[in-house]
Amino acid sequence: MNAEQALLAYVLRLGDNALILGQRMVEVVAAYPELEEELANANFALDYIGQARMFYSLAAELEGKGRTEDELAFLRAENEFRNVLLIEQPNGHFGDSIAKLVLFDAFYLLLLEALQNSTATRVGEIAARAEKEIRYHLRHNSQWLVRLGDGTDKSHGLVQESINSLWKYTGELFTADDVDQTFAGEFGGPDLAAIREQWTIKVKAILDEATLTMPEDGFMASGGKQGRHTEHFGFMIAEMQYLQRAHPGASW
Amino acid sequence: MVTATAGRDEILVWLSEVADPEIPVLSITDLGIVRDVEVDDCVTVALAPTYSGCPATEVIEQSVIAALHDRGVAEVRIRRVLAPAWTTDWISAEGCAKLRDYGIAPPEKGGSKRELLYGQRRIPCPRCESTNTLAVSEFGSTACKASYKCNDCLEPFEYFKCI
Repeated sequence: MNAEQALLAYVLRLGDNALILGQRMVEVVAAYPELEEELANANFALDYIGQARMFYSLAAELEGKGRTEDELAFLRAENEFRNVLLIEQPNGHFGDSIAKLVLFDAFYLLLLEALQNSTATRVGEIAARAEKEIRYHLRHNSQWLVRLGDGTDKSHGLVQESINSLWKYTGELFTADDVDQTFAGEFGGPDLAAIREQWTIKVKAILDEATLTMPEDGFMASGGKQGRHTEHFGFMIAEMQYLQRAHPGASW
Repeated sequence: MVTATAGRDEILVWLSEVADPEIPVLSITDLGIVRDVEVDDCVTVALAPTYSGCPATEVIEQSVIAALHDRGVAEVRIRRVLAPAWTTDWISAEGCAKLRDYGIAPPEKGGSKRELLYGQRRIPCPRCESTNTLAVSEFGSTACKASYKCNDCLEPFEYFKCI
């Protein structure tokens, strides 16, 4: 894999992570338990989708085949998406969603900070924009995790179960494959081992405050970064891509 | 067409009349998103997006093109600028004063962003200036605003969040 291929693959992954997480959150728009959280969820989803558009526009340009951001989002097949498995997991209950967002955003924030030091300056520019948003998301969502964990026996039990069941998807975040390694070598991209250390400290601090127990690392699922997804993913993009598949080229 | 005669400064004045679609009391120059104007065979306006997913971004771009067309500029191009990223520090002093007059508490300026974001700063009420205020919701009518209430004059108000 050469530098150009790694850069394109890396930018597409960033776009896929942002789009798929944004799409998951869109599924529960207008179904949240209270108005403030309804607005938070919709606004956060909008941030992710906006970030996806920036990454996809850059990827389309780097690819140079005349594809647009929309084609990358709506006309690629399941195994062409390279998002991590964690974020494609179903929304579940409110505690599941909050736990997933805290685990992912704590990682994504560190990644966005590191990307600003890479020599891929256009990626760094998008990261600088996105970082300001994700910092806000993480603050908001970790406050909820603390409220749920340190809440009633029932909320504590439920959200501990959310953390336990999502934990097996966190290993993949830090497993550097060919794309990560080439991007790190050629462009000074993020060092995932260093990010893992910082992430563990950050997440441990949030879980401690929430009186939750950090699970032991056990079996870790992986494959999303290589296009091998969990069974939930196909259903999700079938809905997301339905309009463009049924009515090719339709626009507003 | 007046493209040949319209200078950069003149165009900036025209752009200062383009209102933000979500907070119409602010112009796009008050908001600090007009980064540059280049005049050659066409006019290129460099705009910085506020939030990544801000739905107003496209509306603003269309408003800029329409405003310059109205002044007789035929060829208008929009260039999106990401760096340096927009923060609330880009809002001009005049813009902050307009926000306050409009009933929206302007963002806190300067200092460490992290401190501002994580610290429990008291946001002064735009109506009575009391700092005895309470955050009601981190989210208001748009992504960029939070909902507050004043414990003294008892009025609800919006706060333009600091990012």
